[in-house]
Amino acid sequence: MITVESLSKKYGRRIVVDDVSFTARAGCVTGFLGPNGAGKSTSMRMMVGLTRPTSGAATIHGRRFADLPNPGREIGVMLDASAQHAGRTGREILALAQQMTGIESRRVPALPGVVGLTETESNRRIGSYSLGMRQRLGIAVALIGRPSVLILDEPANGLDPAGIRWMRDLLRDFADDGGTVLLSSHLLHEIEVIADDIVMIGNGRIVARGAMTELLRGGGTIARARDMTALERALRAAGLATSYDDQGSLWAEVEPAAVGLVAREYGLALTELRAAGGGLEDLFLQVTADTQREGKAA
Amino acid sequence: MTAITLDPAQEQWAAADEVPLSRVTRVELRKMFDTRSGFWLMASIVIAAVLSTVGTILVAPDSALTYYTFAKAVGFPMTVILPIIAVLSITGEWSQRSGLTTFTLVPRRNRVILAKVIASVAVGVAAMLVALAIGVLGNVVGTAIAGTGLVWDVSVVHAADIVLGSLLCLLTGTMLGLLFRSSPVALVAYLVYALLLPTVSDLLSASQDSYRELRPWVDLHYAQSALFEGSVTGEQWAQLAVTATVWLVLPALVAVRLVMRSEVK
Repeated sequence: MITVESLSKKYGRRIVVDDVSFTARAGCVTGFLGPNGAGKSTSMRMMVGLTRPTSGAATIHGRRFADLPNPGREIGVMLDASAQHAGRTGREILALAQQMTGIESRRVPALPGVVGLTETESNRRIGSYSLGMRQRLGIAVALIGRPSVLILDEPANGLDPAGIRWMRDLLRDFADDGGTVLLSSHLLHEIEVIADDIVMIGNGRIVARGAMTELLRGGGTIARARDMTALERALRAAGLATSYDDQGSLWAEVEPAAVGLVAREYGLALTELRAAGGGLEDLFLQVTADTQREGKAA
Repeated sequence: MTAITLDPAQEQWAAADEVPLSRVTRVELRKMFDTRSGFWLMASIVIAAVLSTVGTILVAPDSALTYYTFAKAVGFPMTVILPIIAVLSITGEWSQRSGLTTFTLVPRRNRVILAKVIASVAVGVAAMLVALAIGVLGNVVGTAIAGTGLVWDVSVVHAADIVLGSLLCLLTGTMLGLLFRSSPVALVAYLVYALLLPTVSDLLSASQDSYRELRPWVDLHYAQSALFEGSVTGEQWAQLAVTATVWLVLPALVAVRLVMRSEVK
């Protein structure tokens, strides 16, 4: 289990991570999402002690990363698959991690097969590896100490479709065996398929957090009426937060039934009424709208 | 009723052994050899020692064919190669970004640094012993070719001083690596340390009488050279201690502090 409590990071006046708190539960895959530069990688670096938080803390199984006697045996970390000496072979990188963690050396020849690297490939210098091969090697390094927690930053980057499927199955099995997985990705479809819980950040702050099924259910309602202004006035009067979406429909932060009742009360004929749950992508774009680089889509 | 029971999980944590320093050191030592560039850097120790020995036999006048000449000839390239080895051992973690793995496997960075210092010093001592042994070979072969008598004019103490002098060069490399955490910057800084500063110091002492007297107390390179010449006096040890503290130990303390606080990206 990973517990993150009020984690913040400031560089001078610039706030990169702002009061982020969440829990990644054992037995679950937690997806960590956010637009580019939202603070995902900085948050992950703080969790594993590579970056000092300005305030707050992260614990793994109740202990700070820096206090773990042999972290490789408890947490597998991959923050950047390319962050390895290009002149070492894949197998050598595995052997170094194996020696450091003190796990049995049998894991070194066994792991390339687990992550889909052939023996020939594992004996090549990683300078010649494709990004996908580096990701696989990075996963192997993370897995070498038989950890119970995985922290992976964009592990699906550069993987081909078969590789993405493989990664998904591997992480699912890992979580089903009681492991904790925290993975960041900008591939929303991947997260939607694999994650049990979601943590979304924008501009360093948490904008949505919870079980994915609930988050998608709580996507609000899209409604249209002949008289849009009257509908908007009615919903406002009923105390419901509303906004226009990009198609000119009204979005309200409640269940469709609630909007229907308000419309009946005001005698308005609805022309459209549906749950806004347009999947993770809609939710993502909605909650991170004011932090998106592109601004609001026209 | 209250009872103090041992939380089995807690007990298991306590039993989980910390990565011992010996293991970190072994891994760091291995990392100095396991890349092509690392391997050739190590090989260059032997190659440079052999080349300088052969050069000495070819160039030096017969009368100068004594062990001290050979020891000096093989010792000089070591003062260049060893610091490079020490610098790269440190800066590779940042330049090649392997620190992301290293420091997540061993989060206490001072242990990694200590392991790297031990590994570098071990390599330095081994390199010096190899170099001095090649010098011995050169002396035997060289005098045999020239037909002059064998002269062993380096005592064991003097040889130890030479090794110490080379290790100071190596540790200067370690310090600069920690201070800058970038291979090119640290290597250039070493050139400044080993070439530019002594030259400036030379010029100053040639023109300023007051500096000439002060020099042994402020110029590390100058104080260090006593180690290579043999028979170090008590005053020279004191000068070495003072200059090494100012130019090596204090910056190293600052550098370690910076490394502990820095962000590994």
